[in-house]
Amino acid sequence: MSSTATETAHDAHHFHDDQAWHLAHHFETPHQQFDSGKLGTWLFLVTEVLFFSGLFVAYGVYRMTRPELFTYASGYLDTKMGAINTVVLIFSSLTAAWAVRCAQLGNRKGLTINIVLTLMCAAGFMVIKYLEYSHKIHIGLFPGAPAEPGQESMWNFNPEWAPGEKVHFADDPNAPALHDLKNFFGVYFCMTGLHGIHVMVGMGLWIWMLIRNLKGQFGPKFYGPVDFVALYWHIVDIIWIFLFPLLYLIRH
Amino acid sequence: MGQHTRELSNGTFTYELDSPNDSYLVHFKGIKSWLLTLDHKRIAINYLVCISIALLLGGIYALLLRLDLWNGGLTATGEVDPNQSKLLTNDQYNHAFTVHGAVMTFLVLIPGIPAILGNFALPLMLGAKDVAFPRLNLLSWYLWVSGLICFLYTLFMGGLDTGWTFYTPYSVTTNTSVISALFGAFMLGFSSILTGLNFIVTIHKMRPAGMGWFEMPLFLWSLYATGIIQLLATPVLGITLLMLIVERSFGLGIFDPAYGGDPVLFQHFFWFYSHPAVYVMVLPAMGVISELISTFSRKPVFGYKMIAMSSVAIAFLGFLVWGHHMFTSGQSPLMGTIFSFITFSIAIPSAIKVFNWLTTMYKGSVALNTPMIYALSFLGLFGIGGLTGLFLSTMATDIMLHDTYFVVAHFHYVMVGGTIIALLGGLHYWWPKMFGKSYNSLVAKTGGILVFIGFNVTFFPQFVMGSRGMPRRYHMYLEQFQSFHQWSTIGAFILGLGMFMAAGNFIWSLLRGPKAPVNPWGASTLDWKTATPPYYHNFDVEPEVRPGDIYHYDRIVPNPEGPGFVEKKRDAMPAETGAKH
Amino acid sequence: MHAHDSGHDQHGFSHVMPIKGLLAIFFALVGLTVATVVAAQLPTGRFDIVVAMVIAVIKALIVATWFMHLRHDKVLNIIAFAGSLFFVILFLGFAMLDKGQYESDLARNAAITAPR
Repeated sequence: MSSTATETAHDAHHFHDDQAWHLAHHFETPHQQFDSGKLGTWLFLVTEVLFFSGLFVAYGVYRMTRPELFTYASGYLDTKMGAINTVVLIFSSLTAAWAVRCAQLGNRKGLTINIVLTLMCAAGFMVIKYLEYSHKIHIGLFPGAPAEPGQESMWNFNPEWAPGEKVHFADDPNAPALHDLKNFFGVYFCMTGLHGIHVMVGMGLWIWMLIRNLKGQFGPKFYGPVDFVALYWHIVDIIWIFLFPLLYLIRH
Repeated sequence: MGQHTRELSNGTFTYELDSPNDSYLVHFKGIKSWLLTLDHKRIAINYLVCISIALLLGGIYALLLRLDLWNGGLTATGEVDPNQSKLLTNDQYNHAFTVHGAVMTFLVLIPGIPAILGNFALPLMLGAKDVAFPRLNLLSWYLWVSGLICFLYTLFMGGLDTGWTFYTPYSVTTNTSVISALFGAFMLGFSSILTGLNFIVTIHKMRPAGMGWFEMPLFLWSLYATGIIQLLATPVLGITLLMLIVERSFGLGIFDPAYGGDPVLFQHFFWFYSHPAVYVMVLPAMGVISELISTFSRKPVFGYKMIAMSSVAIAFLGFLVWGHHMFTSGQSPLMGTIFSFITFSIAIPSAIKVFNWLTTMYKGSVALNTPMIYALSFLGLFGIGGLTGLFLSTMATDIMLHDTYFVVAHFHYVMVGGTIIALLGGLHYWWPKMFGKSYNSLVAKTGGILVFIGFNVTFFPQFVMGSRGMPRRYHMYLEQFQSFHQWSTIGAFILGLGMFMAAGNFIWSLLRGPKAPVNPWGASTLDWKTATPPYYHNFDVEPEVRPGDIYHYDRIVPNPEGPGFVEKKRDAMPAETGAKH
Repeated sequence: MHAHDSGHDQHGFSHVMPIKGLLAIFFALVGLTVATVVAAQLPTGRFDIVVAMVIAVIKALIVATWFMHLRHDKVLNIIAFAGSLFFVILFLGFAMLDKGQYESDLARNAAITAPR
């Protein structure tokens, strides 16, 4: 009698003998439950927007005061990979929206296919991200703080090449001060890193949705969770829509 | 199974449980039923226990600081005086004020009223069975506990000496356990966000049929406004702390000039959250005070709509004033002027509230019960705290007063005199409903008065010494400040005694206290229209509420059979019987 | 763009996007991605960020309006989302305004205090 599961089961039995299992005891109608979940999701997205806003403010402030640094450092980023990732993520947004449609119409098979496609795109995005990151680390563009002040760090921020990889960084007359470059890559790794973490969290959520769908839990009368995860997925996409031009497409 | 309405002799009625076993306190048994509970009332009690522990921890550090400051250690000319011994070393002092500040802010003040009183009262006040997302509510408590664990870990692994504000570049270079503390504050931030999100959705989607927006109890309005701040500001704290963590761990260059960053930017980030956070602490307190003043004056709240809207106005304006923490930090004069101007305007909604409370009491039948003593303390202390804020928002005077004890006194008047006093008042108010036990009213009143006196003795001298130039966060001070510091230390112990009396009284009531009446104060909101302690699903049937019920006391009359109040039936109307069943 | 499939409009709790609409939005987004890459190569000078942001905002609005169903959602949810943007702009605006103001002070102080 003490566990939560029993408590919930007991509630469901006591209050809503005639209601579907997925209606929590404290809601009166499935509609109220869906609307609450949706509002909750939107409010959560609001917090996500504000969460990322700090990074955008840091970006804005530093780009405003050091435009030449941003132009120079952006040259290190691979526009082709960034563009491919943008399209991959947009495609995953399409499949996510399609998944919601399938759930709404009770198309279980379509829902499964769309979730799997979304997951594959997300994995592809992360693989491309991994390639980009490992290249940056390889040419000495990952900062590293010493464990204790004065000690050697695991990574030394020490770029080998100038952007374009034709001259050594040390020989490049246009090269900015090293700590300024570190500032740009600080912003870059924070922005893309946090976005990458969100993609991975999203993958976890989609796997959860996939399992629930395989158990046959979703249908036209109960598809809230799929809708909410898709909303989250779209906001991750929207953030990338801004990150791509801000980081990769600085030319002037 | 459940609860029923019991009719009394003179056409009144009250609420009773069918069986004592239906009370939420005992219906489910065992420690697991508390740790995994989804019931908002039990989560409130979990919070109550944990936040009390944190308050005790922060309080012990406060007393430690005050004891250390008994002696200044310097002569009038600034030489070290060998006759005056200090309790703490310089480093220990830095750790102590940091831990006191961080624990009190993140673990006590910010979650305090929403998590304990809000969690308990909000669904009851809405006549709902629970908050909209009970699982998130439980998760939010677990996040809080994780935050506490991170802070305790910090204490044992090198401590923290950055001040609760974590200013860069010092927080990047110091050798203390900054990362665990940052991580703790990060978790506590998310705990706060989830609580706010839950409350907003609950208020939007689960109001009962007869309760429009302007028929809600004002406590709910204040929690709603608080929720807005929690949702919009707290994520910025999250990202700020996260950036600081990666800056320390990986040497990314965001805030530390050595890595190409800008430390003033950190202050913008930090205060974009932490100024609105001040209103996360004080808005719910104002909500509690609105409830107390109306109930104990037995009068409808004067200017209900103005109080409700001023909460929202404060929430909004609170976002536009963060720069007043940075007048002397290298912020530009232009922004300083803008922030100073907007800061003054925030006095308007705050004053609206205070004047409306005073007017509510005017010609009311004021009952000086314990919660009302705290409410009156709040009015005085918050008034002083608010007015001294005007000195600090004036740029010219702030240049002189910045980082002195004047600032310390100002924010303690608002945070302790506002939030903690309202928390204590609210606890004394809802305690009988929470546990079904009455506390000793004489001890409680004495404790409340001691808190009021002790608080003033502690912090009023700090205004004076601050205006005479005593800097904050300094361990050694000149001889001429000693008498002020000693008064302050004496006051701190009186304050501590008052708090211990309140706590002891609460514990006594649980063990020996008499059974509490269903409606001991004659309150009009729905949280009193259930049995005491409440039925585990709050209400069997959604309680009937009509416009004009809340804050109207005509139908609430003294109990003819014992202590407390009961309800008169509504005047008979066709198809409306008033009482349920 | 707004291809309405009225057959499913009233289904369940919220609006169902027709397949044609989903695909149209996908191709519009891909087209705008190409556009922003091309625009970055054009000699727009200081206005490059304006062009890039205008395209990004259009893309974000498209995603929010149709993929996220805001077109058919409750007004409250739209207000919540728009409100968050307002506070982001506030944060960004105040911080940048201040940085723009004190940056010159910093440079001047650095010139005075620099040991070299």
